[in-house]
Amino acid sequence: MLDTHQAIENVFRNEYGKVSASLIRILRNFDAAEEAIQEAFATALLRWPTDGVPDNPAAWITTTARRKAIDTVRHDQVRDQKYLLIGGSQLEEDEFDMLDDIDESLLHDDRLRLVFTCCHPALNLDARVALTLRTLGGLSTTEISQAFLVPEATMAQRLVRAKRKIKDAGIPYSVPADNILPDRLEGVLVVIYLIFNEGYSASSGNGLTRNDLSSEAVRLGQALTELMPDDPEVLGLLALMLLQDSRRDSRQSPEGLPVLLEEQDRSKWDGNQIREGVSLIERALQMGRPGQYQVQAAIAAIHSQAKSPENTDWPQIAALYGTLSQIQPSPVVELNRAVALAMAHSPELGLQTMDQPEVSEPLQQYRWYHSARADLLRRLERNDEASAAYRRALELTTNVSETKFLEGRLAEVS
Amino acid sequence: MKYLLLIYDNEQANINKSPEDMSNTMAEWNAYMDDLQKTGKILAGEALQPTMTATTVRAGNPAPLATDGPFAETKEQLGGFFMLEATDLDDAIAWSGKMPHIAHGGTVEIRPIMEFDQ
Repeated sequence: MLDTHQAIENVFRNEYGKVSASLIRILRNFDAAEEAIQEAFATALLRWPTDGVPDNPAAWITTTARRKAIDTVRHDQVRDQKYLLIGGSQLEEDEFDMLDDIDESLLHDDRLRLVFTCCHPALNLDARVALTLRTLGGLSTTEISQAFLVPEATMAQRLVRAKRKIKDAGIPYSVPADNILPDRLEGVLVVIYLIFNEGYSASSGNGLTRNDLSSEAVRLGQALTELMPDDPEVLGLLALMLLQDSRRDSRQSPEGLPVLLEEQDRSKWDGNQIREGVSLIERALQMGRPGQYQVQAAIAAIHSQAKSPENTDWPQIAALYGTLSQIQPSPVVELNRAVALAMAHSPELGLQTMDQPEVSEPLQQYRWYHSARADLLRRLERNDEASAAYRRALELTTNVSETKFLEGRLAEVS
Repeated sequence: MKYLLLIYDNEQANINKSPEDMSNTMAEWNAYMDDLQKTGKILAGEALQPTMTATTVRAGNPAPLATDGPFAETKEQLGGFFMLEATDLDDAIAWSGKMPHIAHGGTVEIRPIMEFDQ
């Protein structure tokens, strides 16, 4: 019994996006697709405990959901020839065991269409994130609302509006034309990385549901990598997420305090994720079309491969932040470059870079600016300035664990 | 699907254009219209007189009240429209993006036309 439920849950987790993508194409309707999938899983819950788990559970679910969907279409009397063509004649039969006939390439295209529909720029970013998690990730409205600390009714409303806009504004269910594809893909990557960061940075809220969001983003990144294996930025984003996620267990002390990269226990880093991330970024860079995610992943890969902070190739990291600065100029990137320069050369050089007005002025309200600057001042034993900077960072921090950490540092220099 | 594309542009900048600039602008729009005509997607399309010619009507007592000026004073003004039969929103976005005023800071608001059953 337990195994059956586990099997159902696994299929749900791993195949939801595929099943929902193909049903949305057949039904042209997000809600009807969702309903058909739920019915299919309900049927599985009834039948699998007695009939046994099918050899190919995912295909079983897809076929069953398609049957439910086709029934719905018939029932609604919108029996259009094209719907039947898509489903194929197998769906006329009563048997559930013609499971090998599902066209993998069609499923592949469906999922890609769904990615671009959910992340269409005519939807606002919040709606894109919610819809992607709901429709591709199979997360429930409750789960998404909890993860984003939004009341469930608000999240439900957000999803309803997004689906209505897709339908009423005529947002296409298709992969964008080549000339707009790079732009649109950029929009997809932003959504996935935002989901990842929401789980990774935990700016507020409790730990558990947050980690799930990061895992979900990695899963979406893996799906996108399957779908677009020749796009270096797609590979770059997945590599970046894997490499960052590999440090998940060492980023926090047992008391929940953040642990800086240089103080992390590197034996706790996940070697499998690092190997996968490094091999992905190497593959991506060989394609010769660098982009922001690839450069960030390359930086993360250098950290991951270093035995200790001292053994890190800091000059290379500083150079990569320079490259990133050109692709995507931002004071935050400059701040990171300054930190790398401090490690590669001297705290003074880092401080000089940080104190340039084009870096310091826009970052006055950015807590990491003040804590990074405080750290360099502390190393230079300029304790008065260091404690002023720690105090400024403290004023800007809302996260409890970070506050404790900064208070600890402040005590050191006082 | 049918879409109304509302063309917003800086009216004053257009009024202040030299005759030469104005004829360049017209040439750009004509070229755009030619391309669009070829697709057979245009259902309607017109340019509007400037907002100084606008009249706004609202409820009044005893009769509805007409006042001088547009409904809302905005940085950019409604200067024209197209009604298109487009394949989908991306198609409407693509044709909006090709309008000559876009490159000069203008915008297009795309509104799908509501379809009623019978």
